[in-house]
Amino acid sequence: MAAGLFKSELKNPVLRWVDTRLPVITLMQKEYGTFPTPRNFNYFWNFGALATVTLLIMIATGVFLAMHYTPNSTMAFASVQHIMRDVNYGWLIRYVHMNGASMFFIVVYIHIYRGLYYGSYKFPRELLWMLGVVILLLMMATAFMGYVLPWGQMSFWGATVITNLFSAIPVVGTTIVQWLWGGFSVGNPTLNRFFSLHYLLPFVIVGVVFLHVVALHITGSNNPLGIDVKGPQDTLPFHPYYTVKDSVGLCVFLAIWAAFVFFMPNLLGDVINNIPANPLHTPADVVPEWYFLPFYAILRSVPNKFMGVMLMFASIGVLFVLPWLDTSPVRSCRFRPIYRILVPLLVVDVFVLGYVGAHHPQGFIILLGRVATAWYFLHFLVFTPLVGLFETPLPLPESIAAPVVRKSPSGGGPIPGGAVAKPMENA
Amino acid sequence: MADTLAMGDHGSAGHGPKDKSKRDFLVMLPVAGAVIGAGAIAWPLIDSMNPSGDVLALASTEVDLTPIAEGSGITVVWRGKPIFVRYRTPKEIKEAEDVKLSQLIEPQPDSARVKPGHAQWIVLIGICTHLGCIPLGNKPTDPRGEWGGWYCPCHGSQYDTSGRVRHGPAPLNLWIPPYQFLNNSRIKIG
Repeated sequence: MAAGLFKSELKNPVLRWVDTRLPVITLMQKEYGTFPTPRNFNYFWNFGALATVTLLIMIATGVFLAMHYTPNSTMAFASVQHIMRDVNYGWLIRYVHMNGASMFFIVVYIHIYRGLYYGSYKFPRELLWMLGVVILLLMMATAFMGYVLPWGQMSFWGATVITNLFSAIPVVGTTIVQWLWGGFSVGNPTLNRFFSLHYLLPFVIVGVVFLHVVALHITGSNNPLGIDVKGPQDTLPFHPYYTVKDSVGLCVFLAIWAAFVFFMPNLLGDVINNIPANPLHTPADVVPEWYFLPFYAILRSVPNKFMGVMLMFASIGVLFVLPWLDTSPVRSCRFRPIYRILVPLLVVDVFVLGYVGAHHPQGFIILLGRVATAWYFLHFLVFTPLVGLFETPLPLPESIAAPVVRKSPSGGGPIPGGAVAKPMENA
Repeated sequence: MADTLAMGDHGSAGHGPKDKSKRDFLVMLPVAGAVIGAGAIAWPLIDSMNPSGDVLALASTEVDLTPIAEGSGITVVWRGKPIFVRYRTPKEIKEAEDVKLSQLIEPQPDSARVKPGHAQWIVLIGICTHLGCIPLGNKPTDPRGEWGGWYCPCHGSQYDTSGRVRHGPAPLNLWIPPYQFLNNSRIKIG
């Protein structure tokens, strides 16, 4: 073998020629073929793959929408109507993209919940988790700017309200907001730069997703037991075991997505956005898309403008430091009798915040919003550190394979081939 | 595949070749499904790049022939393309009709290129069949080439009064758009 060439083990001479010079085929085989993956994944471990597929579908549909869209404040609204009425399958591409944003957030929120419940953010996966939070922030920015592009009433006033958040910054707030707008109100320059950034950021997300996956393949995946992989008896090759399991989840997910696209395409949207943007008239209800409602509720629950904005950003920021807030050495909530109640309670709390965010802040709603906001921060800043210190975890299994082996009828011995699939689901 | 350990061996060692073809079928089935699915997703994206409804809606143009003087032509726009409408003189018509088809690069009689009873009107897509330039020759003062029709300034192709190519590099006659006479002085292209 000549110096500088990679020692490929491929048989096919053409593939081998490529692989010795650019070993991408070997790399893919190693990272997605034989990659040793914990054998006890449940369906929560589908959501990373689902998010990746969603990202690719969003980019594909977005590229084609951009061929027909006009990012100009006098033509944007009409060009979206043009897509819906004139462009071949334009309605389909737009509805897939529009509902895709909601699907993306559903998938990513479940993915985050998986991380919270099974302690995937803990040593050694802190950086992996933090890269995930960066992806979430980029997604939020991308989704917000994408929502502005149709230039309807909700696009315009959503953009006005969200950009005005930065006016809460003392001294330089107004300067920053005018810099964001490229003028003295949301207008054509704002729309142009939002379009540019909405096209750019998904590719930045692809880059961070790549880092997320690289970090994942260094530490290896967490698993429902939260214990480390001890040896080959604890793992399965990624292909075909998890490519197939991910495919099953993908089929279900795409069916749900398609149900929205074909039977209720506008359910998650706001009808007000079918009125062209009018800078002289604010709609009666300015509400963000559903996936921003909990954060919107946190913003409104504080009577002080600056504090409200800070608290909203802190609600994401707290996720960055979660690996150091959680003092428990046990990852999976399956062995944490108290924390396993607190994490689902946090989900309930976020749903309450979402409910609050969708309603006018008056009377009972204000109180509910404040309690829910307080609970959100208490969960991360007080309960999480304290429970870790005082909770007595259940005994951990000695290995991932151990409970599987014990359950098998042959009792110990080598694992019978036919029995493998079932315990993998239950473990 | 070192990590397949016992299970990988079980799959091949424990069962006969009959089982293997069953497994191949089980692999091919979802792969075929995925390929069909990917195609079904790709087609709307590809088709979205075809002319959209509003572009197709601009598919016809009406032209009033009365202002066109005998011996000259005008250029109108149909589907973003230049259309030559020329009022031919009796001499030009005779020249076009009398040519031997064997002399032509793409043999076609003049009668096949005009509407019956309207031999004085020739309607052509004004795009050179070589590389897409617009030939000169509508105005009597334009260079019309040796055969008195049109002359392409890009690479020197020459067309006769019927729009047939007489001198290369263009390989084909000028195309005729679909059109009809609404009355004697009005046509509808498209």
